[in-house]
Amino acid sequence: MSESAIHCRDLRKHYPDVKAVDGVDLIIARGECFGLLGPNGAGKTTTIEILEGLTPADGGDVEVLGMRWNGHARELRERIGISLQETQFTDKLTVIETLTLFRSFYREGHEPDELLRTLSLEEKRNSRVGKLSGGQKQRLAVACALVGQPDILFLDEPTTGLDPQSRLQLWEVVTRFRAGGGTVLLTTHYMDEAQRLCDHIAIVDHGKVIARGTPDELIAKLDAPNIIEFTSEPAMPAEAFDDLCVGYHGCAKRGPGWQLRVDSLAEAVPRLIAIVEKSGSKLVTLSTHAATLEDLFVALTGRELRDA
Amino acid sequence: MPDPAIVELTKSRVREFIREPEAVFWVFAFPLLLTLALGFAFRSKPPDQIPIAVVHGPHAAEWAAALSKSPVLLTRLLSPEQAKDQLRTGKITLLVEGDRQPVYRFDPTRPDARTARVEADDALQRAAGRADKFTSREEHVSEQGSRYIDFLVPGLLGMNLMGTGMWGVGFSIVNARMKKLLKRLIATPMRKSDYLLAQFFSRLIFLTAEVAFLIVFAWLVFNVKVHGSLITFAILCLIGGFAFSGIGLLVASRAATIEAVSGMMNLVMVPMWICSGVFFSYERFPDAAKPFIRALPLTALNDSLRAVMNDGAGWLAIAAPVGVLVAWGAVCFALALRFFKWQ
Repeated sequence: MSESAIHCRDLRKHYPDVKAVDGVDLIIARGECFGLLGPNGAGKTTTIEILEGLTPADGGDVEVLGMRWNGHARELRERIGISLQETQFTDKLTVIETLTLFRSFYREGHEPDELLRTLSLEEKRNSRVGKLSGGQKQRLAVACALVGQPDILFLDEPTTGLDPQSRLQLWEVVTRFRAGGGTVLLTTHYMDEAQRLCDHIAIVDHGKVIARGTPDELIAKLDAPNIIEFTSEPAMPAEAFDDLCVGYHGCAKRGPGWQLRVDSLAEAVPRLIAIVEKSGSKLVTLSTHAATLEDLFVALTGRELRDA
Repeated sequence: MPDPAIVELTKSRVREFIREPEAVFWVFAFPLLLTLALGFAFRSKPPDQIPIAVVHGPHAAEWAAALSKSPVLLTRLLSPEQAKDQLRTGKITLLVEGDRQPVYRFDPTRPDARTARVEADDALQRAAGRADKFTSREEHVSEQGSRYIDFLVPGLLGMNLMGTGMWGVGFSIVNARMKKLLKRLIATPMRKSDYLLAQFFSRLIFLTAEVAFLIVFAWLVFNVKVHGSLITFAILCLIGGFAFSGIGLLVASRAATIEAVSGMMNLVMVPMWICSGVFFSYERFPDAAKPFIRALPLTALNDSLRAVMNDGAGWLAIAAPVGVLVAWGAVCFALALRFFKWQ
């Protein structure tokens, strides 16, 4: 039995106008939560759908639970659960009818009612799907993914567009599934989601993995634990910060202002204010925070995750 | 033990349908309304009265009174000028004139004019005191199965089986494809054939209800009866439903939008509405076109429904059209399975 839940090598998918997936290698261990983090259009969905056996790859090799899609499709379908990015279930069916329908496809699985309790959907048991809120629909989608008692759960942007409370509820479902030994592969463009849920993350951009590791390892790649963001009137040139202080690691343009990566805020902030004043500019905004994956993405690509 | 997935898929499809009031109207109420409207528009009427006129003269009032007793004639009194004018323009078919004895003026090439002449003469002779040598009796014939409504009901039934079969299957599939529900379904271990079979089974459930509904209605309101075996009739309806579900599946197998599937459905159905003898017999088309018309599935269904309902035909008599139906259904089902687009 192979150690990894999912193993893919040199995955490629080229469309006429874009290389959606351009040589992706991933090893996802059993029992871990793995996140594909990247902006819209980075190739996350194409990658996950190739791994799910829904989209054929143009090149590369995929192994899921030690099996290949070619030849073991039905066996694999029994053992994985999938939540697609934008499935709409039939509006006219109720929650329990939808879940019972999905249960009927699997040889073994959960009792639908038991699953509704786990997902806090028991109050909506007999409601039509068309009447559910976005968060409830998303939980139903995850319930349909879990009903076959899968070994691997695939979630494609599970919390996009959800309110904070619904996001928390979904995160809890993922955490509980993992506590039962399940493997999770999720895609997201929320760095806080990846940081909070995932053991390992691959940051994807333009069909390639541009960084990978645990959340802490990734942040450590920034070489700087702290971020200063500021805007000034008029704007300053990049060279102005060259000798800001010891422990200054670089800057990136962010909107009308700058983002500076530094070791120590106590040292850097007074120096920055002095430099701005000396140049005759006026400080408009100034904020600081501990470095996140978002900052890493900005440092790697010069763009932001949300609207890259 | 039936496959639980097929049972659940069929149940889902049935629920989805009955929770859609508009769909229920089009499948059940619309054909009834159509039958009702056409049945009344083309109901059998008593023959029209033949308009004749008596020209003013010494016996005019007396003759007019005698003529008005005939149920066949519609008599009026006119001046000579008016009468000539109306005869010429065809508003009346016969003129009764003369001073002492009647003179009949009419165009002998018009059949109703000759009928009017015989009727008018008979009425006037009797009024003048002619005695009948014996009393004859009339027996009126209205053969069941020969009225227009008897022709119409099987045609409407066939049209309905086609329409609901194709729309019922086509719309739900394209809708599920647009919502990415088909993609979600094939991400499970569900067998693809189970999904398509469930579409077919749910159609059969509705089909039974919709056929029973229309047949009972036509029987109660128009006294239209199934003269052949009810079992043959029921199986024939199922075969028709199967054939059109198959065609519906094929039409919907790749369409990505409701607009696309609607256009294709109409492309398939409209020629059959016109050619396949729903409202009038396809015997009116040129002989060269008939083999093609008979090869259409709706023609095959209508021909065999009429044969069973009106002539009491058995399987042997309808083997050819039933063969055509089965072939359409089987070939379309096989092609649909082959070309079906799941995402």
